[in-house]
Amino acid sequence: MGLAFKEETFRDDYTYRNSLDAIRRFPFPFPEDKYMYSVNIEPHVKGKPGSVLEFPLDIDEHYVSECRDKAITLARDPGRYASLPHMMDAQWDVLELIMESLSRDYPEQFKLTKDGNRWTWQNLPLGIENTFTFGDRSSLPMEPFEYVGRQIQGDWVILDQREGTLFADAGIVTSQADWSLAFDVGMSWHQWHAPVPRATEIGVMDRALKFMMNLQLGEPVRRLNWTMTLNPRLDTSPENYPLWGPDRNHITLDNAGDRVHLRVELQTLFRLPRSNGIVFSIRCYLISLNELATYPRWAKRFHRILKDLHPDLLEYKGLTKFHATAVEWLSRYDDGAPLDIGTHPE
Amino acid sequence: MSTVNVRVAAIEQVTPLVKHFTLVREDGQAFPPFSGGSHVVVAMDIGGRIHRNAYSLMGAPDDTQAYHISVRRQERSRGGSAYMHDNVAEGSVLQITMPVNLFQLIRMGRKHVLIAGGIGITPFMSQLHDLKRNGFEYELHYAFRSPEHGAFSAQLKSECGERAHFYIDSLGQQLDIPAVLSRQPLGTHVYVCGPAPMVNAVLEAARELGWPENHVHSEQFTAPPMGDAFKVQLAKSNMEVEVTADMTLLEALETAGVGPDSLCRGGACGRCELDVLELDGEIFHHDHYLSDAEKSSGKKILPCVSRARCTHMLLDI
Ligand code: FES
Repeated sequence: MGLAFKEETFRDDYTYRNSLDAIRRFPFPFPEDKYMYSVNIEPHVKGKPGSVLEFPLDIDEHYVSECRDKAITLARDPGRYASLPHMMDAQWDVLELIMESLSRDYPEQFKLTKDGNRWTWQNLPLGIENTFTFGDRSSLPMEPFEYVGRQIQGDWVILDQREGTLFADAGIVTSQADWSLAFDVGMSWHQWHAPVPRATEIGVMDRALKFMMNLQLGEPVRRLNWTMTLNPRLDTSPENYPLWGPDRNHITLDNAGDRVHLRVELQTLFRLPRSNGIVFSIRCYLISLNELATYPRWAKRFHRILKDLHPDLLEYKGLTKFHATAVEWLSRYDDGAPLDIGTHPE
Repeated sequence: MSTVNVRVAAIEQVTPLVKHFTLVREDGQAFPPFSGGSHVVVAMDIGGRIHRNAYSLMGAPDDTQAYHISVRRQERSRGGSAYMHDNVAEGSVLQITMPVNLFQLIRMGRKHVLIAGGIGITPFMSQLHDLKRNGFEYELHYAFRSPEHGAFSAQLKSECGERAHFYIDSLGQQLDIPAVLSRQPLGTHVYVCGPAPMVNAVLEAARELGWPENHVHSEQFTAPPMGDAFKVQLAKSNMEVEVTADMTLLEALETAGVGPDSLCRGGACGRCELDVLELDGEIFHHDHYLSDAEKSSGKKILPCVSRARCTHMLLDI
């Protein structure tokens, strides 16, 4: 696939936009008019050519700019990358997963050559090339997980499995949605997921944990989650709230189409071979309401979802302040006629 | 669960009772690397009935060309180990699952003490690679019946040097478990794999010495005990299945085409757990997974190892 990488920003002047192709392949998450919180996990198998699910790890037109934005966030706050010392086997596992996937699925952009343990990695879009010894930390300019984590879209957290639960013992987290808890290295599964409303009581998290602990090698899984973000901002972390929080007070019918974004997270989980850890990747896709409305079917569906969303979820996803405006904006696309089931754009 | 076809590339008689099998992929591809302590489940077609046994992977975790397992001939085998010994030859084709690890090293541990009895040495054969690669501090204590039964002891002696300690029963050498544990520094993890009395002795000694529970790890795959035939009724698939004397409940469900997922097939992981909706008799729990309270409630059963005596047992499957 020929990939033309865009020059754009995810902060300050926010020049991020989706091309027509990118809109068309957007992972629209609502097959029905009603939304329910659920764990909705499914096998992470190959999807349609051209879709975000075509390959295990998706690279798109935003790749270069997103990696650049990640570098800015890391430079301002180096704590967004952290790894406990016992995670070294898992770090190499993740490096292998990412390098092998990208070089296999995007051979024009990424090249990996192996001579025994001597690996050469070429990342053409970012202009990076290194020859290193797999397993030898000192042969790379930084820890292996940080090295690959800076060259891939999305947030990545590595979970260590012990004591009957999972611990988030390494992570590179630069685009978390505002509702997620600040990532702290060493947190257990339940500490990490404590804030999901009602989910804790109904045992969803216990079941999800059980499921994850049984995750098999070579059988990754995925789920979609969603929220909304004002302006195409990746770094909506709680600690930077002053930088983006106030945007919520300035949404009008005139600017909503441009500024209100649906934010879809493609979450994938892979069992890691050498460490028996699990890597959890959260890949974020942003689309403005204007872009979404390129396909009126989507705008119509999204209107119905948003209109009837439970107040707990509005609160949890941080949508309360601009919810009414967004619903009104979208209502122009909703004639009330029934929509067939499915997430397709047309 | 995904499986791969493997060909037996070599068989080595390691001791009078143990054979070591070298497996390569039939499609010529590489295996994934794995983590020390992992096992695979080998499926064998014995007279038209599929037997599945779990065996620890023993080779180097980064050897992606071949996987290695060792099989001890069990005295009262239901056929699995006897089949591996008598019917599987070089060139035979078997089916295995991808590796699963229920006995992994705790990489945060400051020191690792491995205690093996007999064929229980196998998971440690791969763990030792992980320990060495990471530069972790460890000790190995390996007890076996008599010199000719010490599978891989020469290899271990040369690879582990001073860190390996051997206890040969016939020579009167006894492994003093409390003594080994009591001289360990704080933050040590102990791992035991062997016959039930040995596993219990380690668990008990650790408890008495006040070790934190999460520093004590054991692997004990129970060979499913046989028993009397019984019948179960299945609520969701609306059918009745007969469990014959030489078959586990899990195998009976699989044969009927309604088998639940399974991982260890030895009562250790809990994956095959089923809810018992109605029961007019008694369940014989043989697993190491359910709590005592769950066992006595009669509401759950692990069909890979447990059986029942009843005329009516309704399972939620
Ligand atoms: S399969 Fe592991 S307990 Fe039954």
